[in-house]
Amino acid sequence: MGGASKSKLNLKLKLWRQKNAKDKGYFMDYDVKGISTEASFLEMLDVVNEELVKKGEEPVEFDHDCREGICGMCSLVINGNPHGPDGATTTCQLHMRRFKDGDSVTVEPFRAGAFPVVRDLVVDRSALDRVIQAGGFVSTATGTAQDANCLPVPKDKADRAFLAAACIGCGACVAACKNASASLFVGAKVAHLALLPQGEAEREKRALAMVHQMDAEGFGGCTNTGACAAACPKEISLEHIAILNREFLKASLLER
Amino acid sequence: MSHHCLTQTKIGKKYLVALTGLGLSLFVLMHMLGNLLILVSPEAYNKYGHALTSNPGIYLAEVGLVAILFVHLALAMKLTRENWKARPVGYAVVSSGEKATSLTTRSMWAQGILIFVFIIHHLITFKFGPHYEVEYGGVMMRDLHRLVIEVFQNPLYVAWYLVALFALAFHLSHGVKSSIQTLGIHHPRYFNKFKMAGILYSVLVGVGFMSQPLYVFLIYKG
Ligand code: SF4
Ligand code: FES
Repeated sequence: MGGASKSKLNLKLKLWRQKNAKDKGYFMDYDVKGISTEASFLEMLDVVNEELVKKGEEPVEFDHDCREGICGMCSLVINGNPHGPDGATTTCQLHMRRFKDGDSVTVEPFRAGAFPVVRDLVVDRSALDRVIQAGGFVSTATGTAQDANCLPVPKDKADRAFLAAACIGCGACVAACKNASASLFVGAKVAHLALLPQGEAEREKRALAMVHQMDAEGFGGCTNTGACAAACPKEISLEHIAILNREFLKASLLER
Repeated sequence: MSHHCLTQTKIGKKYLVALTGLGLSLFVLMHMLGNLLILVSPEAYNKYGHALTSNPGIYLAEVGLVAILFVHLALAMKLTRENWKARPVGYAVVSSGEKATSLTTRSMWAQGILIFVFIIHHLITFKFGPHYEVEYGGVMMRDLHRLVIEVFQNPLYVAWYLVALFALAFHLSHGVKSSIQTLGIHHPRYFNKFKMAGILYSVLVGVGFMSQPLYVFLIYKG
């Protein structure tokens, strides 16, 4: 962190360029110079874009919002790895000190049939929203909130539900999976609500609806490779997929 | 809400792939243990085979096994095709480091095809192969031992057998633990134990099976 360790990097970037969903797309090489090791990966792309704008070229589109690892908006597959090489890290929290001077860095969009490319590195992840709309919610009465202590939740269940709720819906699990499966995302949502009394009323309906929507969106099936959990910036574990599997099995067997 | 057919979903198909896979895993263990009798004596080996094939229940067991294998294969192939379709445009760079996907899991389909081809060839060689006979205590029975000894004199056959068994071992090393996870069994307290058990199982079955051709080819002196 000390000032003495500050240094500058030159990189050979290969960025995916694509005009729109119909365009075939191609890789474009960019030589970038003098990138601070203290910059985040997205700030590095900001620098690239400033140069492009100065030259009158189209900047490279990429998704981002909070830039502090909590919103799930940033994406990118960096040298083959969603959110870059490190575990438990979003692209916005990946820093250039992780790279060496002269490195070649290839940046691709999240690839999945269910995530069509909108432009350059931006993909449409609204398939995940539609899976949530299918059942990833609880119905509650509106009006004055009831007293919090009316609904006891054991501490261990609250903790586990919180771990599942840490999913920020970024879709890196889909990008990492060789089958483009959304099982980790859906598992996190189903587990989160199945652990809480608020989720109990719609528990079976939710598991069925979310799984059917996940298939309808064209996500692949889970083959338990574990790539999703390794890529997940929020360290959602594979246990959540097992929970999804048993919630869905139970719901299917009990369905009337 | 209208009913859904469980196996219309990818998870539903995967349950069946897992269940049939676990069934087949148990079968290969039993088969492997039976094979080990070759280390005891030709008589023990042949008598075991005779006891199995002279039992009328064998036909039911065979039909059941073929059905299980068929369901496993058909659904796994359907899922594999669906999974390939889910990523129409692939990555230019493959993942690496802690985010990499193991070769074993990426090649389950290829291992499966290899194992299937092996099974067909294996059945032609042994089950439908030359029918030698031998008599023990006045009972005529098939001398499978003689056929096994003959077949495993050929180094090419031994090599092919070993390749197929490696594929089987890798298939089991992912398949067993994956099936358990698919059926929804996962707990932080014993997840790692199941993972280890799956690997041990694959080593046990693989090494057990390999012992037969290697014993015949390298050690057995008639
Ligand atoms: S499970 Fe992890 S990788 Fe998948 S969407 Fe949620 S936070 Fe992103
Ligand atoms: S931009 Fe919000 S998590 Fe990266």
